[in-house]
Amino acid sequence: MSRMKHVRRALVRAVLSLPSYALLIASAAVILFPLYVTTVDSLQPLQKLLSFPPDLWPDTPRWANYRSAMTDIPMPRYMLNSLIMASVITIGQVTTAALAAYAFSFMRFPLRTPLFFVFLSTMMVPWEISIIPNFQTMQRLNWLDTYQGLTLPFLATAFGTFLLRQHFMTLPRELKDAADIDGYGDLRFLLFVVIPLSRAALATLAVFSFLQAWNQYLWPLLVTNDPDMRTVQIGIAALRDEEVQRTNVVLAGTVIALLPMLVLVIAFQRFLVRGLTAGAVKG
Amino acid sequence: MTTDARLLPERRRGSVARSLRQLAAASPFVLPSVVLFGVFVFYPLARSVYLGFHATDPFGRREVWVGIEQYRDVLTSSDFRYSLLVTGQFALYTVVPSTVIGLYLALLAHQRLPGILLFRTIFSSTVASSVAVSSVMWLLLLNPGVGVLNYLLDEGGLPTASWLTEPRWALPAVAMTTVWMNIGFATIVILAGLQNIPEELYEAARVDGAGRRNQFLHVTLPALSPTLLFVSVVGVIFAFQSFGQIHILTRGGPLDSTTVIVYSIYREAFLHYNVGLASAQAIVLFVIVLLLTMAQFVAAQRWVFYR
Repeated sequence: MSRMKHVRRALVRAVLSLPSYALLIASAAVILFPLYVTTVDSLQPLQKLLSFPPDLWPDTPRWANYRSAMTDIPMPRYMLNSLIMASVITIGQVTTAALAAYAFSFMRFPLRTPLFFVFLSTMMVPWEISIIPNFQTMQRLNWLDTYQGLTLPFLATAFGTFLLRQHFMTLPRELKDAADIDGYGDLRFLLFVVIPLSRAALATLAVFSFLQAWNQYLWPLLVTNDPDMRTVQIGIAALRDEEVQRTNVVLAGTVIALLPMLVLVIAFQRFLVRGLTAGAVKG
Repeated sequence: MTTDARLLPERRRGSVARSLRQLAAASPFVLPSVVLFGVFVFYPLARSVYLGFHATDPFGRREVWVGIEQYRDVLTSSDFRYSLLVTGQFALYTVVPSTVIGLYLALLAHQRLPGILLFRTIFSSTVASSVAVSSVMWLLLLNPGVGVLNYLLDEGGLPTASWLTEPRWALPAVAMTTVWMNIGFATIVILAGLQNIPEELYEAARVDGAGRRNQFLHVTLPALSPTLLFVSVVGVIFAFQSFGQIHILTRGGPLDSTTVIVYSIYREAFLHYNVGLASAQAIVLFVIVLLLTMAQFVAAQRWVFYR
């Protein structure tokens, strides 16, 4: 008897939530639509892309387009450049931010608070404003078309320092006292006590840094002329114009460029949400 | 503050030595960031102000002091004013829809239903898409001849357009692309805001006899106002920094109808080699972004409900 009631209640709830699911599915379809069309077109022969009406249900996917993207256009080279750039920036940002955040939360030194505000103030300077002098700096150092030119300006992060400091401040002060008694120096304390206790915060910063670095557009556009040094973003945008005869292959490349970030965002959603809601985001 | 004057000198001597020791200990930790910020943030800012006071010849070789004049030129030139107008319009076209759609999606995804996590993931997925990937995807949809958008409009009996080549439609079309890119961010932040509203507020409202509509108007919206303000502030700042989608979709055209400020700076500096003028524009942009941020802070203090 009570079981029947239970089933009936569950059924009623399911029917009541149908409109919600209808809205959810419709919204999801609209959001995913651009990605769907791109994926479909990346699996078509070129003639199909130029035909009207557009074919939204391909009958035979041409996976060869993806093979072409890895052999006929330099996607592997672009991916490698992006991977190197994004990895260097991520490691650099996590390192400099962890060091600075440690000083701001565990060390006492003169002008600590003013210096912290100087750090925060860099978040008020949009990167786009500094491109001209920074470009001139790279030109003078002869660092155009180099990895150091692509990465060096981004190795420090006020946002990351702020994020890690917020977390470091929540760690019990007694840890530091105990470490002092045990004769741990600051670096050893940071490496062996603070960092293992801050894995989540560090992961948040790392996911965030990698995503932003991988997706950069303006700076890599300015400092790379040599096609061999192009990042994946510059590569696909440039090939869109250069390879009109292979638009479908370029679209396959576009999907390939997006996939790692999609995986990253889905796998580390928890960390990303924490990073995005921690404060301002630098574009 | 009152201090015993006789104690001061001795204590000071000790504290100077201690301060120096503390500084020496802290330097290895803060110097990497300090040096990088100095070279790539503060020096460029100062250098841009300096360059803004100088006119450069078309080859970017000679710098001649022209003082404040170049800034005055920038502020009075019809081109720059037009690009300001375009940027303002672009901010309006992107911030309002992104915030409204983000709120709608966040409310949908906030329900307690089996499988809701899948929808949360889908709604926030556009944060993975870079400006280049998004633009290449939308270029496909917006194609006037064979694009899906015109096909769907045509099927629905609606008029079609050459989205990126008609001055009337280019900016809305670029904005549409940008809204799609921003939706993921807006949804994530607003959803987190919704999850932070304490359940007791709703209980109290229900006790007072508030229906769903009244709960939304009198509990959800006021409690969410700081989040909505944050999303729109960041949205405006994003709009003033937009470049990639314009570079890929329209190159500032047709007839400058999509020449936002950053694109204008890029064009002056890197296509026309007019570094002085571009730097003056950059400084004006800096001041605008600063004023906007401050205005929003003031607005937040006055109108936003904080718990």
